[in-house]
Amino acid sequence: MSRRQLGAAALVLIALALVPVLASTYQTQLLTYGLTLAIAALGFNLLLGYTGLLSFGHSAYFGAGAYAVALMMRYSGITSMELFILGGLLASAALAALFGVVCVRHTRIFFAILTLALSQVLWTLAYKFFWITGGTDGLRVPFAKLTLVGGLVSADQFDKFVDAYYYYVLAVFCICVALMWLIVHSPFGKTLQAIRDNETRARFLGVRIWRYRWLAFLLSGTFTGLAGILWVPLNGLTTPDVLYWPQSGKIVFFAVLGGFRNFTGPIVGAVIFNYLEVYAIAATEYWQLALGVVLIVLVTFLPAGIVGTAQRLAARSR
Amino acid sequence: MEIVALQVLNSLFYAAVLFLIAAGLSLIFGVMGIVNMAHGSFYALGAYITAWAVAAAAPAIPAAALFVLLFVGALAVAAIGLALEPTLIRPFYRRPEEYQLLVTFGLLLVLEDLMRLVWGGTPRTASTLVDSLGLIQIGGLPYPVYNLVMIGVGVAAALALWAFVYRTKFGVLLRATAQDRRMAAALGINVERIYVLAFGLGCFMAGLGGAIVVPTQAAVLGMGVEVLVIAFVVVVIGGLGSLEGALVGALVVSALRTVTIQFWEEIELAALYLIAAIVLLIRPTGLFGRKG
Repeated sequence: MSRRQLGAAALVLIALALVPVLASTYQTQLLTYGLTLAIAALGFNLLLGYTGLLSFGHSAYFGAGAYAVALMMRYSGITSMELFILGGLLASAALAALFGVVCVRHTRIFFAILTLALSQVLWTLAYKFFWITGGTDGLRVPFAKLTLVGGLVSADQFDKFVDAYYYYVLAVFCICVALMWLIVHSPFGKTLQAIRDNETRARFLGVRIWRYRWLAFLLSGTFTGLAGILWVPLNGLTTPDVLYWPQSGKIVFFAVLGGFRNFTGPIVGAVIFNYLEVYAIAATEYWQLALGVVLIVLVTFLPAGIVGTAQRLAARSR
Repeated sequence: MEIVALQVLNSLFYAAVLFLIAAGLSLIFGVMGIVNMAHGSFYALGAYITAWAVAAAAPAIPAAALFVLLFVGALAVAAIGLALEPTLIRPFYRRPEEYQLLVTFGLLLVLEDLMRLVWGGTPRTASTLVDSLGLIQIGGLPYPVYNLVMIGVGVAAALALWAFVYRTKFGVLLRATAQDRRMAAALGINVERIYVLAFGLGCFMAGLGGAIVVPTQAAVLGMGVEVLVIAFVVVVIGGLGSLEGALVGALVVSALRTVTIQFWEEIELAALYLIAAIVLLIRPTGLFGRKG
C-alpha cells in the first residue's frame, strides 16, 4: 500500500466516522445498509474480479447468514451480536464449502448456471418449509432486542443504538476491507489472478486449480454471509426474497457499477447502489427496468465501472 | 392405474413445453456461444402476448381460429428477438463471457419489468382454447384434449427442427457457422445473417412454448425466471448446445418433476438440481454435450 493510498483511506475513514455526528438518524441508517452491502460486494468480487468466476448465486450465502441469525434468535433466544456473527459465519462458510465443491469444477457459463441453480434450490426450500422458516412471512429479528460487544451496548434509546450499530458495522467493514486487501495481495491472491489470466499456464506451474478456486469460493461466500448477518437486524426481518435471484443480481450489479477490475470498485458500487435503490423506489415503481437499462449501458459503454472510469479520467488529466 | 396414465400425459405435455424452451436456449448457445439469461423472459412474453391476443379476439372470431393466435404470439416474440440481436447482442460476441451474461441479464431485468408495466400484476389466462376442445375420457377419467393436441405440436416441432437443422441447406450453413465462425465467414457465408436468424428461431421456440402453456395455466409475473432455471437443468442434463440433449433432458426433467410433485412436493426443485449436479459431476458436458 503506497503512502498516498493510506492517506486516502484514512481520510475516508475519518469522514465515515463523522457521519452519525453530522447526519440525521435516517441517513446514518441508510449508510449502515450501504456498508453491509459493500461487504457482500467485496466478497463477491474475490470471485469475479480476482478469480474470473461470475457467480449468479451469492444470494445463497447472504441469505444463509441472515437466516442463521433469525433461526438462532427464534429457537435459542440468543441476543448477542457476537454469537450471531459466529453462528452465521459457520453456517455460510459451511454452505459455501459444500456448494463450492460442485461449482468450482466448472468455469464461465456452467459456473454461473450452477451457482444460480443452487441458490434457487435454497430459495424454494425456505419458501416451502414454512413451518421452520416462516415461509413468505419470513422470520423477525427485532433490532431493539440486540446486544452488542458482549452485552455492553443494548437498545435503550433508539437513536443512540442506531449510531452504535453504525460504528459496529463500520468496524467490521474496516476489518473486512483490510482482510480482503491482505488476501488479494498475498501469494494466494496472486495465484488466483494467475489462474484467472491463464489457467493452463497456472496448471503447468503446478498450481492445484480446483483447490485454489474452492478456497476463493469459500472466502467469497463467507464474506457475503457476514454481510447478511449484519444486514438482518437492520432490516428487522428475513424473507425468502434474500435468497431469490434478484438479490444475487444486485450483488453482481454492485461490482459492475463500481468496476470489478478495481479493489475499491465494488465497495463504491454497493454504497451508490443502495442510495440509487432507495431513492429510485421512492420515485418509480419500475426501478428494475431502470436498473436493467443502466446495466446494459454500463456493460456496453463503460465496462470499467464508476471507479475505473474515474481513474482513467484522472490519469488523462494529469 | 388411470392416474398413472394421466400423469404420464401431464409429464409429456410439460416435456413438450420444456423442449421448446431448452432447444431454443441450446440452439442459441450452440451457434453463437452465448447463454441467453433473458431466454425465459421470451417464453413469458409469448405467454402474455398470446393471452392478450386471445382475450382481445375471443368475442369476434370462432374458437377454432383462435388457435392461429398461438403462432402469432410466437412470431411476435421472434420479431422482438430479430430486432434485439443486431442492436444489443452483436457487439458482445468478441468480448469475454462475463459481459455476455451481464448484458443478457440486463435484458432480463428490463423485460420482466416491461411485462409488469404493460400487463400489470393480475394473471392473464386464455382458457377459452382449452374449453373449446373439450374433454376426453381416459380410463374413465376426463382429460383435456388440448393437452393431447399440444403434445402432438411438441413432437411436430421437434421433428421440424431436426429436419431444418440436418436436412436443409440453411441447416448446413448453421452447423458450419456453429463449428467455426471464422472459417464459415471465409467461405463466404453471411455469418451475421445466420446469427440473427438463429436467434430469431430460438426466440420463436421460447415464445411458442409460452403460447402453448398459457391456455392451461395463467401468465404470471416471474414465470420467465422460474422456467429459465428449469431450462438450465434441462440443458445441463442433456448437454448445452445439443438438440437431442434438449429432448432427452426435457423428458427426464418433466418425468422427475411429475413424480416429486406427486410424492414430496417440497423438494421438487431441489431434486431437479441434485440430478443436474450429479450429471455435471459424472459427465461435465452433459449426456449429449460437446466440449464447450
